[in-house]
Amino acid sequence: MRGPGFLEQLEVACPGAVVGRNLEALDPWIEVAGDRLADVCRWLKNSSVPRFDSLQCITAVDWFEPDPKKAAKVTWQPHLELVYHLWSVSARASLVLKVNLPRWSGDIPGHLPEIPSVAGIWRTADWHEREVFDLSGVSFTGHPDLRRILCPEDWEGYPLRKDYEMPLHYHGIRGK
Amino acid sequence: MSNLIDDDPRIIEFDVRTDEMLVNMGPQHPSTHGVLRLVLRTDGEIVSEVEPHIGYLHRCAEKIGENITPRQWIPYTDRLDYLAAMNMNLGWALTVEKLMRHEVSEKARHLRVLIAEFNRIASHLVGMGAYGLDLGTFSPFLYAFREREKILDLFEEACGARLTYSYLTVGGATADLPPGWLQKCEAFLDQFAPMIQEYHTLLTTNAIFVKRTAGIGVLSREMAIDYGCSGPVLRGSGVDQDMRRDGESIYTAMYDGYAFEVAVQKDGRYPRDHAYPAVPTDAVLGDCWHRFFVRMVEVVQSMDLVRQAIDRYAACRDPLGEPLKLAEKLPVGDAYLETEAPKGQMGFYVVGNGTPIPWRVRARSSSFSNLSVTHELCRGCLIADVPAIVGSLDIVMGEIDR
Repeated sequence: MRGPGFLEQLEVACPGAVVGRNLEALDPWIEVAGDRLADVCRWLKNSSVPRFDSLQCITAVDWFEPDPKKAAKVTWQPHLELVYHLWSVSARASLVLKVNLPRWSGDIPGHLPEIPSVAGIWRTADWHEREVFDLSGVSFTGHPDLRRILCPEDWEGYPLRKDYEMPLHYHGIRGK
Repeated sequence: MSNLIDDDPRIIEFDVRTDEMLVNMGPQHPSTHGVLRLVLRTDGEIVSEVEPHIGYLHRCAEKIGENITPRQWIPYTDRLDYLAAMNMNLGWALTVEKLMRHEVSEKARHLRVLIAEFNRIASHLVGMGAYGLDLGTFSPFLYAFREREKILDLFEEACGARLTYSYLTVGGATADLPPGWLQKCEAFLDQFAPMIQEYHTLLTTNAIFVKRTAGIGVLSREMAIDYGCSGPVLRGSGVDQDMRRDGESIYTAMYDGYAFEVAVQKDGRYPRDHAYPAVPTDAVLGDCWHRFFVRMVEVVQSMDLVRQAIDRYAACRDPLGEPLKLAEKLPVGDAYLETEAPKGQMGFYVVGNGTPIPWRVRARSSSFSNLSVTHELCRGCLIADVPAIVGSLDIVMGEIDR
């Protein structure tokens, strides 16, 4: 993570894209608006100093508490958080992007939230986005080949969602 | 989902053509290193397309990690890269320590370097031996496993397990080394050092081996970075990056005071290359031969690091210190850390929410990204070169499928 100067350049290149930040965290992060993600990533890959030429990891964190007793005590609203860990090979610097998404598009269970794909910017994202789609249920628009990668193609549900329930049967195999 | 497949134009096209064939390689093929299925689209002997199918070993280890404490998840990290379980333990332990802002004792630090580098030798021995096996030569495999067996014996003496150690843990290690272990370790290194020359004779300079690997599967520097390749695959393409030197301070501090050079070709030369055979004239930077050779250089380098660690560890008078409690509370926040495992950069991500059980656990596997580049490397190669290319990536399915 660069200093505040880096953030100002980002603000000039992509006005209004940064909607939150925490520079005091262990891994300082900036939060980006979902619809501006592709612009920000393209700038980070091609034009920023240093250039973030490598994407290390994409993680989806499901902020949802299935237990109603515990849910009454939590301070956050239920949402999905995508975390992008970027790395600059030349400058040996890292950067963390976060994007907040609704758990379901339009709050209709089963309708996956959508986010622009960055697979055209970093090829690493191809398989990583497929994995996030497979396990956490996020739809990446513009992805060249979005299908399940680790689970079988006819698997139902998204295992890394907090309210996921293991199927009782899968092709005659007992699930529980 | 099934509609997607039915409408795939490639499949429809395949149905009407007669001279192309879809060949399934795996999931039980001996040279796919575990349960990996490659679907090759071939025209005679030429491969026009390769599609890896993974997930046969999927256990959703990340979900398990959300239901137990970090120390309880250590045995699950063993089963990610089961050929370098110590390095997996270390990566996860350091990530949790980063989140908890915990620092281990000096003695534990040197013990970790010693054990992690020792495991790197064992992992590269399998990588090297199995690679020979992929290319049709059996003896290097036996020679490599003979030496690896001795490393496993030493690990067994230290922690009781031969493969899934759970030895390095959050806050240090589960136990100190038994008396006399360091001497045995040194004796092994003395006996092992001359063997390296044997491996070079059997593989590195072997005319058939060079023919099969030099100039095959060339991975350019840009493509390696774009696909997120790491470890020997990245360094084999000439990218000077090693997390032990370039990573975050909590990890690089472990190697403070240790002398080592990153195994990468710079200005046409490998570090200390007078000790190694010359690079064959057919070899191109980024091909299978260079990926293999980087591992061989790293074996020697790790032996050197183990020797340095033995001296430092033996000089430590302070106690090793106790590992953290099984159910220590995690602070609110998140931490991501990548360490240099033998196969590449292994990243762990942990989100804490004030309870002993993490809210989210993520393992970013190096083999996963390394494998994703296969279809680029195999485009237009011969069927016989596919095992040569996949073998040179040195993947472990436990880590890819998690």
